[in-house]
Amino acid sequence: MKKTLAILMALLLIVSFAACGAKPEPAGTPTPENPTIRLSTTTSVNDSGLLPYLLPVFEAKTGYKVEVQSAGTGAAIQKAIDGNADLILVHAKASEEEFIAGGYGVERLPFMYNFFVIVGPKDDPAGIADCEDAASAFAKIRESESKFISRGDESGTHKAELKIWGDNAPDAAADSWYISAGQGMGACLTMASEEQAYCLTDKATFLSMEAELNLGLLLEKGDDMKNTYSLIAVNPEKIDGLNVDGAQAFIDWMLSDEASELIAKYGQEQYGVSLFYLLED
Amino acid sequence: MDSFRQAFDLLFSLDKELLQILGVTLRMSFFSTTISCLLGLPLGALLGTRQFRGKAFLKKMIHTLMGLPPVVAGLIVYALFTHYGPFGSLNLLFTVRVMVIAQCLLILPVVTGLTASFLEKGAVPMIETAKGMGLSRRRVLFLCLSESRASLLSVVLNAFGRSIAEVGAVSIVGGNIQWKTRVMTTAIMLETNKGNFSFALALGIILLLVAFVVNVAASWIVREEAYDV
Repeated sequence: MKKTLAILMALLLIVSFAACGAKPEPAGTPTPENPTIRLSTTTSVNDSGLLPYLLPVFEAKTGYKVEVQSAGTGAAIQKAIDGNADLILVHAKASEEEFIAGGYGVERLPFMYNFFVIVGPKDDPAGIADCEDAASAFAKIRESESKFISRGDESGTHKAELKIWGDNAPDAAADSWYISAGQGMGACLTMASEEQAYCLTDKATFLSMEAELNLGLLLEKGDDMKNTYSLIAVNPEKIDGLNVDGAQAFIDWMLSDEASELIAKYGQEQYGVSLFYLLED
Repeated sequence: MDSFRQAFDLLFSLDKELLQILGVTLRMSFFSTTISCLLGLPLGALLGTRQFRGKAFLKKMIHTLMGLPPVVAGLIVYALFTHYGPFGSLNLLFTVRVMVIAQCLLILPVVTGLTASFLEKGAVPMIETAKGMGLSRRRVLFLCLSESRASLLSVVLNAFGRSIAEVGAVSIVGGNIQWKTRVMTTAIMLETNKGNFSFALALGIILLLVAFVVNVAASWIVREEAYDV
């Protein structure tokens, strides 16, 4: 009896391995010489579902396979500097320019944007809902010492937040209302909901989590809340072992009319609004 | 190599934030180890030396819980202490105390299971002898614990090691809040996410050093005691 069981278990194991290997190839797609593209990107484009929505179309058309590594913008860029990515898709202009100045990137190609939004307790104790822009909303939060959750992880969102505070940035050690969480966007929004605190977030992540959160969308579309995403291919003169053709093919496709149309449509079906907008050139 | 230099620079500059993070880490690990051992050592002793109905089932349960993934422990404790959870009114979420609770959930089964298996192997023959000598049950239990203290110390160190190295549970229930619930492991995760890989490694080296010091201290205590016998 035990022997039969052992044989059955072994068979199950073999079958499950075999199942992993046998992924059917769609007929009629070209096979590039080096089919793997390593894309290092920020969490917001991946977790919002944009990449999972775009990549199958690109992969079916070109035969490339895109391996997405998503992390905060800081880590996304560092991975490329360490030679572990063929291109990056991030949203922090100053860090991107530094990346290019260091010779690691070929060219910064800004191609889409969306808006940061400020979310918070639905009764809005600091009264930010009528503010003109994020800077004045932050000033009210500071004045009333309402709880505020900061990403605190040097991500693109964190850098945007610091830029809005400007010279008035709170000190996490002294100002107990200012909570530096050091976590991803999802974890910070969950914390904001628990603590009934304000938080700066990208709209896509908030909408995708809104049902589970006890937070309201209080302020959006201020002039200082625009969030621009860029593609940068890693420089083959600086880093070796890159899939240069693959990175170029991905960039060409992302800037094509086909991808633009898909990006502009993304989110309308699920949330009734677009989550990303194309930059006019 | 850069990381080693950074680690020593950090340690010797007595960076205020690093010391605070180390303080929270040690406080949390001390309490979760102590509480787990206070409950787990006697429980393990009972399980390892006594016969009762349902013992085999209980052992299987504990062995399963010994493999509980930290994130799952974190999620369970989170669900209990979230604002609308059964203990939400205690307002303990994102505090060091709730981190200790989550860690106890992880460590208590380890302490209980390891204690039971050590005693089963070593202490059962001793108990037979002690019973033959007509000692009371409490004396037998006490004798058992004191004779096996080297093995039991390794159980305690194991618990401490698991506590200080754990990241999944404490980041969920603690929230990695700066100056409040940030510990060494969550700080390492944060630096990794920021892309500061060499700084993250420096923090890892410091954590290893701390664990090493604790282990050296513990083995020194055991050797001291060995001379007493």
